[in-house]
Amino acid sequence: MKSSGGAPGYTLNHPRWYRTPVSTYWWLGQWTYLKFVLRELTSIFVAFFVVTTLLQLRALYHGPQAYADFQKWLKNPAVIALNAVSFCFVVYHTVTWFALAPRAMAVRVRGKRVPEPLIIAANYAAWLAVSGIVAWFLLGG
Amino acid sequence: MAGKESGLRMEPFLWTLFSAGGVLAAFLIPVHLFLWGLAFPLGWLKAPGYESATALLAHPIVRIYLLLLCSLPLFHWAHRFRYTLYDGLQIKHLNEVINFCCYGGALLGTAVAGYLLWRIP
Repeated sequence: MKSSGGAPGYTLNHPRWYRTPVSTYWWLGQWTYLKFVLRELTSIFVAFFVVTTLLQLRALYHGPQAYADFQKWLKNPAVIALNAVSFCFVVYHTVTWFALAPRAMAVRVRGKRVPEPLIIAANYAAWLAVSGIVAWFLLGG
Repeated sequence: MAGKESGLRMEPFLWTLFSAGGVLAAFLIPVHLFLWGLAFPLGWLKAPGYESATALLAHPIVRIYLLLLCSLPLFHWAHRFRYTLYDGLQIKHLNEVINFCCYGGALLGTAVAGYLLWRIP
């Protein structure tokens, strides 16, 4: 602000915007909002999976006894229940991720856009193949 | 202000990590979780014993795979969880704390995974 010659400065007009307050529970109002929030919450279960994987690696690092103890911990009903819920959320992540895939990368063949269902189907096929390979390794080939 | 600008420059990089982690999580976590979380503990399928688990880890490719499987999905989590806290709970004013906890957690998890995979015999 510039005041010249001792003239009193003036207050700039500062509009105060009116914003309707949004409830903390805005995402419960509509099914689409709830689906969005559930999708974002899948990330918590992704992180939980990583934590259990790290615990498993730690058990392997400590030796056969720790590994056996960890397998026993995985058999705890509460842990199984938590893993079942996690599994549902992670599959929800996969489904929503594949649904967005054709929009994230528009594949073109000879200048024509590959139709969305085709890209989604390709993702599912790849998912099946990759899951099969991982299972094959873990089940001892 | 410098911090804010560097934060903006980081954003595409963090988004790339989010996206890469999302792909890995979508393709790989369901099968791992199904086997280790349900099929093995419930006795539907036989879990690898200590010997076969360490035999798998003898391959450097398996260790790199596991490092990526731990690290990138954590960055995916950090990004999504950060925005869930911003929008879901409307606590954007705490963004410095949230960023520190989310990305710090992802970095810590990566470090732990790297250390364990390096040290496992």
